[in-house]
Amino acid sequence: MATRQTQSLARLMRAPAIILLLVWMLVPLAMTLYYSFLNYNLLSPGQTSWAGFFNYQYFYTDPAFFESIKNTIILVLGVLTITVVGGIAIAMLIDKPIFGQGIVRILVISPFFVMPPVAALIWKNMIMHPSYGVFADIAKFFGANPVDWFAQYPLFSIIVIVAWQWLPFATLILLTALQSLDGEQMEAAEMDGAPAYSRFIYLTLPHMARAITVVILIQTIFLLGVYAEILVTTNGGPGFASTNLTFLIYRAARLNFDIGGAAAGGIIAVVLANFVAFFLMRAVGKNLD
Amino acid sequence: MARAVSKNAKIGYTIAAWTVALVIFFPILYTIITSLKTEQEAIEGFNLIPSFTFESYQTVQSQNDYFKPFMNSVILSVGSTILALIVAIPAAWAMAFSPTKRTKDILMWMLSTKMMPAVAVLVPIYLIFLRTGLMDTRIGLTVLLMLINLPIVVWMLYTYFREIPGEILEAARMDGAGLREEIVHILAPMAVPGIASTLLLNVILAWNESFWTIQLTTTNAAPLSAFIASFSSPQGLFWAKLSAASTLAIGPILILGWFSQKQLVRGLTFGAVK
Repeated sequence: MATRQTQSLARLMRAPAIILLLVWMLVPLAMTLYYSFLNYNLLSPGQTSWAGFFNYQYFYTDPAFFESIKNTIILVLGVLTITVVGGIAIAMLIDKPIFGQGIVRILVISPFFVMPPVAALIWKNMIMHPSYGVFADIAKFFGANPVDWFAQYPLFSIIVIVAWQWLPFATLILLTALQSLDGEQMEAAEMDGAPAYSRFIYLTLPHMARAITVVILIQTIFLLGVYAEILVTTNGGPGFASTNLTFLIYRAARLNFDIGGAAAGGIIAVVLANFVAFFLMRAVGKNLD
Repeated sequence: MARAVSKNAKIGYTIAAWTVALVIFFPILYTIITSLKTEQEAIEGFNLIPSFTFESYQTVQSQNDYFKPFMNSVILSVGSTILALIVAIPAAWAMAFSPTKRTKDILMWMLSTKMMPAVAVLVPIYLIFLRTGLMDTRIGLTVLLMLINLPIVVWMLYTYFREIPGEILEAARMDGAGLREEIVHILAPMAVPGIASTLLLNVILAWNESFWTIQLTTTNAAPLSAFIASFSSPQGLFWAKLSAASTLAIGPILILGWFSQKQLVRGLTFGAVK
């Protein structure tokens, strides 16, 4: 059916999107790579010079770098654990016959649509504030001392906020997978007297395996870039206690005006993200045909 | 599938599910409630019944010119999505209806551009915006947001277009339909739902984008995400006001979001979970 004419038309239709994305991908990345080899600070213009691998070396030997990598990993793993385990549990609960299922779904999915700065501000002021937050009110009610969450457990507090934002996503994806589970098989297992936990382990979990993988991989991509939640709540502190790699690079570029250093950090972030992306692409690619 | 469930079990599940749902929704609910309180009430301790005053909403508008960032959010999210659609519809169309051997590779490559961490290109984008005068302009940010969402737009459209049966076209051609009729009477009506879904999800994503909007705007082009982030320090303790601004910022998108649950699964998993 495809004549030569329709083929060249198709090529013409594809071209703008491909060219735009190609430029968008290559030009800034090439610039980042170039800057990462320069001594370049916006505060001292005219003193730009070739730095070789100094920026990488500098970034690599900075104790803040290791702390930020550690924080990035804790943040990603912490949020993933909460959202995947919580997501499975909530999805299974919502999938049960309940009254008002539609409304329950809407309530559960809602946090996903709250923009990160708003989510962070709500939690910081309304929920976790040491004197006026709901948690403090609860502590006072039981006669306990309120906790100053962002000062004492900064990274944990950010994990809670980000997990709240992503729990709906995990729940929704897992619920979608759960709803395609073969009911008859489950019934047969039930009639044969298979207890609930083994039905879960041998039927439900394997069926959801693919969805769980997708949730983990997609969330990881987004979680590596957590930024606004940190900016609004702890600003990376105290010290570097809640600084992740994204925030460290932002600090270098925007607060220290260290273009070379920030670019080197950016390249490190690309390497890290590519590592994750490799697995995601394989999982998605399998489903293309 | 009607599995027999005793009434008691159903009531038990219902109570459990509603409890979980209300706990998850509570921060949003409490923000809405607080926005209807006076500043004094807002810090007086836990209280679910506000005095239903709209004072804070008026304050937000009169003190901060709330309308401006709100309009910026609308312009940026809708503008960038429409731009993306203009580029993506022909591309997705061509890939769905005249696929070549490389179509799959191209799609995978497009998806891979989405994996690039934003912070990795912060330095060049920031410098480009600074030097070309695009800093704090709506046009610069619109184009940037368009590029960020373009891969998802192409992908979503592609998965929708692929569901349009190609045979229907052939049948129309046999009946002597020209290209114009083909597009107007057959393809457009079948493609519209997919395009609408894509539009909806991408407006939501662009509305909530917070990294670039904070980096590249100050006052003129700042959408709600950047505007609210700047609330964090000075207005920290004016909670009724903060809640009012937050409620207005998330309200429209929350309602849009409720209608887009299905598209969300499809759009964000690139068709990997159905």
